[in-house]
Amino acid sequence: MLFTENILVALAGLKANIMRSLLTMLGIIIGIASVIAIMTVGNSITLIVNSTMQELGANNLEMGVSQKSQDSGESENGMNFGTGYVRDMTDDDLITKDMLKSFKEKYPDDVKYMLISESVGQGGQVSRGSKNANVKITGYNADYVKFSDLDMVAGRQFLNQDYEMGKKVCMVSDKLVERVFKGDSDAALGQMIEVKTGGDYYDYYIVGVYEYVANQFSFGASDNPTTDVYIPLETARIANHTQNKGYSYLTLVTSINTDNDTFANTVRDYFNVNYYSRNDAYEVMVISMASMMDSMNTMISMIQLALSVIAGISLVVGGIGVMNIMLVSITERTKEIGTRKALGATNSSIRLQFITESVVICIIGGIIGIIFGILLGTFAVKLMGYEAAVSIQSIIIAVAFSMAIGVFFGYYPANKAAKLNPIDALRYE
Amino acid sequence: MAEELMLDLRNIHKSFFIGTPNEFEVLHGINFTVNKGEFVSIVGQSGSGKSTLMNIIGALDRPTEGEYTLDGVDIEKAKDHELSALRNKKIGFVFQTYNLIARTNALKNVELPMMYAGMSRGERTDRARMLLEQVGMKDRMHHNPDELSGGQKQRVAIARAMANDPAIILADEPTGALDSATGRLIMDIFHKLHEEQGKTIVLITHSPELSQETERIITLKDGTIMGETAGNWPAIKAKEGM
Repeated sequence: MLFTENILVALAGLKANIMRSLLTMLGIIIGIASVIAIMTVGNSITLIVNSTMQELGANNLEMGVSQKSQDSGESENGMNFGTGYVRDMTDDDLITKDMLKSFKEKYPDDVKYMLISESVGQGGQVSRGSKNANVKITGYNADYVKFSDLDMVAGRQFLNQDYEMGKKVCMVSDKLVERVFKGDSDAALGQMIEVKTGGDYYDYYIVGVYEYVANQFSFGASDNPTTDVYIPLETARIANHTQNKGYSYLTLVTSINTDNDTFANTVRDYFNVNYYSRNDAYEVMVISMASMMDSMNTMISMIQLALSVIAGISLVVGGIGVMNIMLVSITERTKEIGTRKALGATNSSIRLQFITESVVICIIGGIIGIIFGILLGTFAVKLMGYEAAVSIQSIIIAVAFSMAIGVFFGYYPANKAAKLNPIDALRYE
Repeated sequence: MAEELMLDLRNIHKSFFIGTPNEFEVLHGINFTVNKGEFVSIVGQSGSGKSTLMNIIGALDRPTEGEYTLDGVDIEKAKDHELSALRNKKIGFVFQTYNLIARTNALKNVELPMMYAGMSRGERTDRARMLLEQVGMKDRMHHNPDELSGGQKQRVAIARAMANDPAIILADEPTGALDSATGRLIMDIFHKLHEEQGKTIVLITHSPELSQETERIITLKDGTIMGETAGNWPAIKAKEGM
């Protein structure tokens, strides 16, 4: 009963001093808006990073050749020259096919696929008459093509001999067929396409057409998207003159029952003990995508938290502003307080009235801040070219927090009002 | 009429700045009683201690010494929140400066004491309308105080004082800020409340002339009661045929 009356009185008071109320709220508005904006941006980035990584495969282990860690390169007199010169990577430092073969034989149950890819040139174009399509040539090994699980529209996937002999065959997307072959997939089969990338031309026979799936994070729906021209890995390596070299980087897809964190260590130890113990500068490093995702998420939320805390400082400043204006308001209304007390208001009802008033200021400020924050955050995320994800949680926290500010910074002035001596308050001019 | 005590003040002393070198006593042992249904005035020049006395009668302040009983309640034993309840239910204040709550319309002002008493919204709105009608403010009850004249404000204040049907109306210079015609109107309302509803009214004033309009006059000087005299009200009443 008193509650609604108090809110009405508070609103009437705010309306009577609209400029003053707005200025008082400004601190809260700015504080809440920046916290919400930061949360929105952080949230969106986390979502984007997570789904990108999910797409890459959260069950994967990324392994590659990297410089030996610094502490193992200590010189004899105990001084660390690790920051000094490290020789360039040579072909001898790479992971060879033989290594991978024995590795796979050793852990047949854990390693499902070993994904290796190599691109040829940068992005390029396929032209045929006046028509063209944007493409990227990438060579994939058999495991990779199996893992990609392409939906074939026409033709076939690569055969073993394609992989082994590095035949000049390719699989193209239905998008490319749509643009270059008027959508007739069957007509495209067996045709040769010429891909121009940089200054070079590469010719491949089309053996299959796969269904193109748009990346959910590609910005806008282009009618000429860059699609993959799949070629066998060996073909790409011949084109790049790397067919006799090892690999510097590959992805392991493990089976569902494998504990990736443990297996990452097993893999690293296997390679480093067997093949890299005598290498002076390089070793194999293995990262589990899941743990990378975890550390990435932890990092983002740490940054988010740190920024929010900084933004939160302006909330404290805003709260002090509210407290200040409440003290002014109470001084102005000393006589009203005295009158209310003479009419039978208890100390606690006076206290409640003024706390309600400060909470109302803070909540209104908070709501305006939330609106501004969402707009600001959404705008920032859109600028980066992504979909904004507003966190409902942060809105609830913001409302609760502005309420808490209202109570916290309103309590002292309200208590001061409640403790006024009715006689002094009545006599106040 | 059976004489029933409404106010009973015995040997009331009030000092300020107790325990400091500036300590001084304002009231030096006040004794008087007011019966139920009586219209009494307390007259005194400024500095006579009448404001201090009013604060004590109105339960806004406690005496330093002495006993004060209001409608059977022992004031000096009451706790703060009990005093709040007492002011709310048993005392109706009318101030010289009206003291209406700003930005709050006449109706809400009258409802205020009933709100503090915990009355339901519908009930208190009905009663507030009725009270405003009694003081002739029915057509202006949705106006805020800054849209009302002094006399209108004081009429709203009287309606507010009547809100919880108090045992006593305590009016502190109610006509002090009004012109004589408006003051007359306000005094008539008090007489009406006294005569028709049998309200106990204590009028505090510096004006001997105004005090003549009551039944009994208590004269205060330098914190002591100088004497009690009968007022002219019975005679005026007879003459006007009320």
